[in-house]
Amino acid sequence: MTAVLEVEDLTVRFYAEEGVVTAVDGLSYRIEAGETFGVVGESGAGKSVAALSVLGLIDSPGRIEGGEVRFEGEDLLSMDESALRSVRGDGIGTVFQDARAALNPVYTVGEQIAETIEHHLEYAPSTARDRAIRLLDRVGIADAETRYSDYPHEFSGGMCQRAAIAMALSCDPELIVADEPTTALDVTVEARILDLLAELADEFDVAVQLVTHDLGVIAGTCDRAMVMYAGEAVETAPVEELYYDPKHPYTAGLMSAIPRVGDDDDRLPTIPGTMPDPIDPPPGCRFHPRCPFAEEACTRTDPALVDPETGEAATLDDDRAAACLEYTEGLSGGLDYSVEVAGGTGEHVEKAIDEREEGGSDE
Amino acid sequence: MSLRRFVVRRALSVVPVLFGVSVITFGLFHLTPGDPVSQLVALNPDVSAAEEARLRERWGLSGPVWRQYLAWLSNVLVGDFSRELRTGRAVSGILWRRLPETIVLGAFGWVFAIAIAIPAGIYAAVNKGRFGDVAARVLALSGVSIPNFWLGLLLILVFSLYLGLFPVLPPSRLPLYHPETLRYLLLPGVTIGTAAAASVTRVMRTSMAEELNEEYVTAARARGLPERTVVFKHVLRNSLVSVVTLAATLTAGIVAGSVVVESVFNWPGLGSEFVRAINRREVNVVMAITLVTAVAVVLANFLADVLYAVLDPRIRYD
Repeated sequence: MTAVLEVEDLTVRFYAEEGVVTAVDGLSYRIEAGETFGVVGESGAGKSVAALSVLGLIDSPGRIEGGEVRFEGEDLLSMDESALRSVRGDGIGTVFQDARAALNPVYTVGEQIAETIEHHLEYAPSTARDRAIRLLDRVGIADAETRYSDYPHEFSGGMCQRAAIAMALSCDPELIVADEPTTALDVTVEARILDLLAELADEFDVAVQLVTHDLGVIAGTCDRAMVMYAGEAVETAPVEELYYDPKHPYTAGLMSAIPRVGDDDDRLPTIPGTMPDPIDPPPGCRFHPRCPFAEEACTRTDPALVDPETGEAATLDDDRAAACLEYTEGLSGGLDYSVEVAGGTGEHVEKAIDEREEGGSDE
Repeated sequence: MSLRRFVVRRALSVVPVLFGVSVITFGLFHLTPGDPVSQLVALNPDVSAAEEARLRERWGLSGPVWRQYLAWLSNVLVGDFSRELRTGRAVSGILWRRLPETIVLGAFGWVFAIAIAIPAGIYAAVNKGRFGDVAARVLALSGVSIPNFWLGLLLILVFSLYLGLFPVLPPSRLPLYHPETLRYLLLPGVTIGTAAAASVTRVMRTSMAEELNEEYVTAARARGLPERTVVFKHVLRNSLVSVVTLAATLTAGIVAGSVVVESVFNWPGLGSEFVRAINRREVNVVMAITLVTAVAVVLANFLADVLYAVLDPRIRYD
């Protein structure tokens, strides 16, 4: 398999009045052709900024400070604006969180899809229109021919997102960057949109970078996933391994925070504390103030992404990586959590992690 | 709702507004103490009460107010605005002679304002925070702050007296379609358009800058559309909606401005006629000009409503 996208050491900073925010800090990952790659994390983890950086769409006061974003081997960050524009929408399609807001309210949905097609594929208006109608039909818009001339406000939220997917696919891209594509939708619509996205990704043989805060979405649709925390990747793994064998205490904490049908607990386990102040992140490991296993060493050394088996620095080609000192120096207490697979259908992170929290290192 | 139905509905809703306008115009003049006849007569002790009553009868000033109003309205509806008290000239004749002058001047000021303001506003919004933006904002603020009578006098002083580029007074009767007219239009047109240009620039800049932050702009860029298309096709149309709102209001401003500007430049339009009529207490003329002005403002608002609906399909559904 070849990588369609390789991001290496990407750093994005925002120069706000209150100080400099490093929204994405030395991020590296790769996406294989045709695969669905999940990026998961809490709000403010930098996942959306990372997604927009891929397209070079970071506006002032934000700035991409360094790193490479190689799309089909070519670094997008060193391209000039016009070369970059010919990749946007053509090689890389985008689906935004709020599809209605991403559509211009004063042009019809169809016009906007056809506009992209005319621009990149240099189709005549009538051919572009036909293609747009076929795409609308393909993403499940009934009566696509008539709906072509509807304005975005005449579409439901789910239909807007379907249209946005049609638009993202309109020029046969190699990659679709989907930034929280279902967050604004209700749950039943969400499931249908995700199915559609998966189905079309398969049919059009397109890779997807799926940004979400929802681990359930990752489990249902992705091949591999990356967990982000405070601008950094803390763990990368094939989805099954991420769920059955989380290597980073943050991932384990996220897993235990998923509510499950049949749980008899009254309260949902949570990870204590909040994300660190992005202007003044804690020294050492950024997760240590919230980590039940944190030790003195964690406050000093910022762990790098390593292969958890060998402790060697992870490369872009590694499928499995985690950033915890446990895998390089070894924590004296170790990572004292275990994973219990419940009923063969789901997975369950043992409550050990919560008991430790209640024991005391909580701030 | 289709665009045509929207337009028809709005057009129908203009009718009661025009009715209200006529009531207020008529009412205001009848609320002011002393009717024109008492002014005519007051200077002359020889006029008998019977003669005074006859005069009132002749000018349609006798009987209950509502009957006076109906008589006035039915005349106005067929284009008869009565006569000047002193000269007996038909007011409608005065209107038809003066109106084109004012329309030409206003239209020139308008075109001048829009031609400067829209590009300046776009430029400032796109270069927000940079030198061009700051310069445009300072100019716009000065434009809003400078009173038009002062600007007019200053322009005459500099361009007519110091530089000698324009005559101080326009030639008495040059037909409006004469190409030479354009030259005499320049100074008063600029004077009348400056304030409008300044406020349109400000609104254009603000609304454009706001629209540029919308997600559909990022989305349009993410589709690889050239920045030109993003700004001039996608953002411009959305930001024009608030400019249209302002433009309707500015029409009233331009009409009001014409009173001052036409006096300063001795432009033979409705504005200078208005001042003259007030000074001579020619009530029928003042009323006619007030009515025409009010109707113009109502129509401008109607046009703005239609333009909204053309620009933004969401407005057609209310």
